[in-house]
Amino acid sequence: MNELPQQLANGLILGAMYGLIAIGYTMVYGIVQLINFAHGEIFMVGGFGALTVWLVLPEGFGLAAAVPLMIIGGILVSVAVGAAAERFAYRPLRTAPRLAPLITAIGLSIVLQQAVWMWYPDAKKDHPFPRFEGGPVDILGANVQRGDLFVLIAAPLCMLALGLFVSKTRSGRGMQATAQDPDTAKLMGINTDRIIVMAFAIGAAFAAIAAVAYGLKNGQVGFRMGFLMGLKAFTAAVLGGIGNIYGAMLGGVVLGVAESLATGYIGDIPGMELFGGGAWKDVWAFALLILVLLFRPQGLLGERVADRA
Amino acid sequence: MRQRSIIAITAALAAGSLTLTACGSRDDDGGSSNGDKTTVVIGVDAPLTGDLSALGLGIKNSADLAAKTANKQEFVKGVEFKIEPLDDQAQPSVGQQNAQKFISDKNVLGVVGPLNSSVSQQMQKPFNDAGLTQVSPANTGTELTQGDGWKTGNSVRQFKTFFRTATTDEIQGAFAADYLYNQAKLKKVYLIDDQKTYGAGLAASFKANFTKAGGQIVGTDHINPDDRDFNAVVAKIKKTGAQALYYGGEYPAAGPLSQQLKDSGQNIPLMGGDGIYSGEFPKLNKKAEGDLATSVGEPVEKLDSAQTFIKNYKAGGYEDDYEAYGGLTYDATWAIIEAVKLAVEGNDGKLPDDGRKAVLDAMAKVKFDGVTGAISFDEFGDTTNHTMTAYKVKSNAWVPEFSGEPKLG
Repeated sequence: MNELPQQLANGLILGAMYGLIAIGYTMVYGIVQLINFAHGEIFMVGGFGALTVWLVLPEGFGLAAAVPLMIIGGILVSVAVGAAAERFAYRPLRTAPRLAPLITAIGLSIVLQQAVWMWYPDAKKDHPFPRFEGGPVDILGANVQRGDLFVLIAAPLCMLALGLFVSKTRSGRGMQATAQDPDTAKLMGINTDRIIVMAFAIGAAFAAIAAVAYGLKNGQVGFRMGFLMGLKAFTAAVLGGIGNIYGAMLGGVVLGVAESLATGYIGDIPGMELFGGGAWKDVWAFALLILVLLFRPQGLLGERVADRA
Repeated sequence: MRQRSIIAITAALAAGSLTLTACGSRDDDGGSSNGDKTTVVIGVDAPLTGDLSALGLGIKNSADLAAKTANKQEFVKGVEFKIEPLDDQAQPSVGQQNAQKFISDKNVLGVVGPLNSSVSQQMQKPFNDAGLTQVSPANTGTELTQGDGWKTGNSVRQFKTFFRTATTDEIQGAFAADYLYNQAKLKKVYLIDDQKTYGAGLAASFKANFTKAGGQIVGTDHINPDDRDFNAVVAKIKKTGAQALYYGGEYPAAGPLSQQLKDSGQNIPLMGGDGIYSGEFPKLNKKAEGDLATSVGEPVEKLDSAQTFIKNYKAGGYEDDYEAYGGLTYDATWAIIEAVKLAVEGNDGKLPDDGRKAVLDAMAKVKFDGVTGAISFDEFGDTTNHTMTAYKVKSNAWVPEFSGEPKLG
C-alpha cells in the first residue's frame, strides 16, 4: 500500500492545528511586537474549558451535539485568560523594554500550568477527552479519523472568517492600522487598547478551537500539552512570516507535513537510517526553518518591513 | 534589525525554558526526640510536581502509609518514624541537592526513592560517601546496581548503599521477550522507545532477548515522550508486517501511540513494561483492548498483603492514587523500617549511636513478606523477587495472564 497519501494527511492535520495556534502568536506580534509565550498555555486552558463543558453535560448527550458547546466553553475560558493576561500582565509593561513582557510571558506560562495542575480536578496526569466513535473515513487513499475531520473543516473556515474580518470590518481595518503605526492610528481616533485586547482575544479563540481539535484527535488533554504545541506553533508563525495571518497557517501546514514526511521517509534513504524516524523529525523540521530563514529572513509570506524603532 | 534579534533572543529563551520547571515546596523541620521515643526520619525523594507527579505523589503517600503503619503497630519499640518528602522535579541536579539535604539531617537513617534512574545516578555517590541507605522503588536501569559490565557478565556492585525493590530492565525485557515469543506466539515485532534511560534500557533488553529467542525485530523507531501525535510513525509500521509493537516508555505517550496504531487499521497489540502498567493506560486509550504489559511480582489479587495495602491506602484518605509504584514503595520503606528494627534489637532495644551504619549493615539481613511478594536483597542490592506477571487489557482493565520467572543468560 502506498504510504504517501497517509503521511501527507497526517501532516496536514497536525499542521492545521499548529496553524490555528500560530494565529495567536502572529496577531499579537503583528500589533504589539510581543511574543506571547503564554499562548501555548492559553491553548491548554481552552482544552480544559471544553472538557469542563463535556463533563457537566448530562450523560447521554451526543458528542456531535456537544462539540459546538464545547467550542464555546473553550473559547470563553481561553479568551478570558488571554484578555486578563493582556490587561494585567502585559499592558502595564507596554512601554517597558521588550524583554520585560517576554519574561513575564514565560512566568505566566508556568503559573497557568501549575494552576491547572493544582486546581483542576484529576489533572495531575493526562485527562481523558471524548472522541468520536466509528472507524476512519477514506479520503484519496488516506485514513482520516472522524475527530480529525473537525480540524480539516474548522481550520479553513476560521481562516476565511478571519480574513474577512481583518479586511472588511471597521475593527479589522483598525487592527491593520494599529499594526502599521500605533501612534498614528491612535491620532486617527482608533482605540488601540481595544484593538490590542481584540488581537489577544481572537488568538485565544483560535487556540481554543485548536485545543478542541487536539482533544478530539488524541483523546486526552493535559496541563503540559501547551508547551510543545506552543513551541511548534511559534515556529510555524516564524516560518510563515510572523505578523502575517495567512503565513501562520501556511507555516503550520508546511511544518506539519515536513515532520510527517521526515518521520516516514528520511530513514529509507540509503545511508540515512540513523537520522530518520520520530526522534529526528524535529531536527529536520528546524533544519527546514533555518533553510527558509536563510533565503527569506522574513518568512514564507512575511513582508520585509522597515525597522520601526 | 531589532525585531530579528528579538526573535533570536526569544528562540534562545524558549530553549532555556525547556529546562525550567516550577518550584516545589519544602518542609524544613528536622526530626528530634519525642518524649521517650526516638524519631527516625525516612527521606522520600520523588517528583511531586510536573508531569510525573502522579507517580511521585503515589510514592510519597505509600511511604507515608508504611511509616504510619509502623507507628501504629509500634513495630519498633521506642522509635517513631517520620517521613520527609522532597520534590526532585524529575531532575538530576535537584535530586542531588535533595540528597545533600538528607545527608545533613542526622535523623535521616534511610531514603526511599527516587522515581527516575537518571536522578538516581546523581544521588548514589553522595549517599554512598555518607553511608546513608537508599532504597528505590522504581529504578530499573540494570547498571545502577551491577555497573556497565552486566552485559558481558562482569557485574560489579556499584554502591554499597543502593538497594531497590524494583526489578531490573534485564529481567523485565527477558520476561517480555519470552512471553511474546513462546506464549503469545508473536514472532515479528516493531520496536519503539522514548529515548529516556528507562525506555531505551528496556527496549534494548527486550531486543537482545527477543532476537536470541529467534524472534525478528522488523523495524525500530524512537519518539519524543512529550508528543501526542504518532501517526507518522504508525503509518510506517504498516508496511513492515509487524505482529506486535513493543514500546519502551511510559503510559502518557503509550496511550495515544496504541490508540493511533489501532485507528490506522492495524489490529496488533502494543506491549510495554511496568511504565505502561497503570490504570491510566486503558482510561486514556479507548482502544487498548488486547494490549500487553509486564510488571513486577504476582498479581495483587493473589496476595493478601497487597489487599491489605490497598485497603489501608483507601482508609488513609490520600487524595492521589498509589499508582504503579505504591506497593514497591511501601516495601522499600518497610525494608528500611525492618533494618531499623534489626539495628535496635542488636543494640539492646536502643537506637545505636551510629544509626546509619547499623541500618546499612542490617539491610543485607532484611527479609519479609511485602506487598509485592517476598522481599530481600541480593549481593548487588537488587531484589531477589524475580517473579513477573504479564497483563492484558480486557474490557478496559488490566487482567493478569501469566506469572513466572524469566530464564536468564
